[in-house]
Amino acid sequence: MSAENLITLRGLTKTYGTGDAAFKALRGVDLDIRRGEFLAVMGPSGSGKSTLMNILGCLDSPTSGSYRFRDIRVETLNKDQRSLIRRHALGFIFQGFNLLARTSALENVELPLLYRGYSRKQRHQLAREALASVGLPDKERNTPAELSGGQQQRVAIARAIVTRPDTLFADEPTGNLDSKTTHEIMELLRHLNTDRGISILMVTHEKDVAVYAKRRIHVLDGLIDHDSGSETVDRRSEIEDRR
Amino acid sequence: MLFNALLIALREIRRNLTRSFLTVVGIVIGVAAVITMVTLGRGATETVRQQIAKMGSNLLILRPGQGWGSWGAPQFFMTDVKAIEDQVPGIRALAPLIQTNAPAVYQENNRNTDIQGTTSNYFEIANWVISTGRIFTEAEVTEGAPVCVIGETIRKELFGENVDPVGEKIRLRSMSLEVVGVTAVKGQGGFGDDLDDNMITPYTTVQRRLTGRGGGRNINQVMISGKEGYPTAHIVADVSSLMRERRNVAPNEEDNFNVFDSLQLAEVISSSTKVMTSLLGAVAGVSLLVGGIGIMNIMLVSVTERTREIGIRLAIGARAREVLWQFLVEAVTLSCVGGVAGIILAYILCDVLAGVVGAPFLFDPKINLIAFVFSAAIGILFGFMPARHAASLDPIEALRHE
Repeated sequence: MSAENLITLRGLTKTYGTGDAAFKALRGVDLDIRRGEFLAVMGPSGSGKSTLMNILGCLDSPTSGSYRFRDIRVETLNKDQRSLIRRHALGFIFQGFNLLARTSALENVELPLLYRGYSRKQRHQLAREALASVGLPDKERNTPAELSGGQQQRVAIARAIVTRPDTLFADEPTGNLDSKTTHEIMELLRHLNTDRGISILMVTHEKDVAVYAKRRIHVLDGLIDHDSGSETVDRRSEIEDRR
Repeated sequence: MLFNALLIALREIRRNLTRSFLTVVGIVIGVAAVITMVTLGRGATETVRQQIAKMGSNLLILRPGQGWGSWGAPQFFMTDVKAIEDQVPGIRALAPLIQTNAPAVYQENNRNTDIQGTTSNYFEIANWVISTGRIFTEAEVTEGAPVCVIGETIRKELFGENVDPVGEKIRLRSMSLEVVGVTAVKGQGGFGDDLDDNMITPYTTVQRRLTGRGGGRNINQVMISGKEGYPTAHIVADVSSLMRERRNVAPNEEDNFNVFDSLQLAEVISSSTKVMTSLLGAVAGVSLLVGGIGIMNIMLVSVTERTREIGIRLAIGARAREVLWQFLVEAVTLSCVGGVAGIILAYILCDVLAGVVGAPFLFDPKINLIAFVFSAAIGILFGFMPARHAASLDPIEALRHE
């Protein structure tokens, strides 16, 4: 089972625009990701790392090439079908948190459950559990404006994991946070990966953040230019040393 | 899915109470304005119609002189009345009218009263209904019998509430008139005059006892009732040419009399009140439109936030059509709440204003429906269109929307 691929990309390309104005964001990416991985996608801005993540997260569709998620051929799906994959198998965390304003933490976390048709009681229970598991059991009634950045990101993580997805996508999850909070959030993600077995795909341009991942790939000019491969060595000690 | 959309939409409405409230207010004001204006306009039209109906329908009035003043122009002979009756086609009935006034006395009560000397046709022509007693007969007219029919105001002033006036005698100067009937209340005329402050007697009685025969030329007006469906304009023309002949008006002279056509007046007045109503309706329509623009503004201002919201919903797995259902339900709910509140507000306004304006409060389901449908359409259109655009975006684009 460990050899079974979660994600298989072959010759994946993405072109924006047409004709002379066409821009090739991805130029034939091959990538295999196994279940349970914690992958950091790194690269300078404009390298295509965000495009890659959006396609992996079924938020965007590739121009050509194949993308298999488990045994689903994602490149053949329409918008609604991609929505359903996101609903049932994926969770998202964003740099800007993307919580609904003027809405309590509990209701924000309940949001994905609404689209899954859970009963009110189930929604409350699952959302409470999720908030407790990210360390915010006492902030259910608070709105985003009443929470710190780190707390907001925790609510966002609770929202992402409340449906028990097998894969979590994190787009610069610590981009808006200070270093102490960054460490807390990354520890939380690492914990979700190791203890719950949730696969995590994270985009970051910070090396300090990328070291929490078990595997790092570097994207440059629409191609994977370096792949660390899966490792067993825990490199977090490097961070501790640098502090 | 619809239930889910309803659930999510209601959450959104509650979450954005201020925005929801402002949207509803726009609709409420628009709907209330249109309904109030049109309802009051219709009430005013109806008031005018009723006042003209009090005069009697298909009524022509022949008067001496031009316009409302008749100073100097000769009055009519009774033979003129007979000539009209015999020679002009299309007449159902006609009645001469001698108008004078005198103090009426009953026991210690007295009141200066308007007296109409006429024939028994007059009651029907001028739409008088008898509430107690009877009208006077043709025979009584012929013999100049001392009888009279009094209006409600006179009855109240002279007899009070405890005396049955029928059979009682009223003294007018040197003569004594027996009350044979009382007319039913007509209320105020078109000029605010009291139509019930009035006494009707045979014209012969008035000629004999009050005004004298005056050489016979003492008929002040002739009331002419046209046959149903016969064009009153023809009667006016025929009466005019007959009168010019009988009164020796030279071909190059103006008429020294005039024929007033109540139907024409009714048409003029009711068409002008209809114009007023449409005008008020148009003004109110503009306010509904402004309300709609207000809604549009609120929707557009919130479009940035809402686009991000749509992005979030799409990213966590909502399908575009689920998001659209949510927005549609939101827009429909707000518009309907606004529409119903607008109708209720309109009723309160109409009730208050109808009293102030003195027009009856007429319920018109059509205008309620039009105002409601129009406002709902605006609310739904402007609530839904931005959402449709946003839901067609990729979730990533929607999330990045600034």
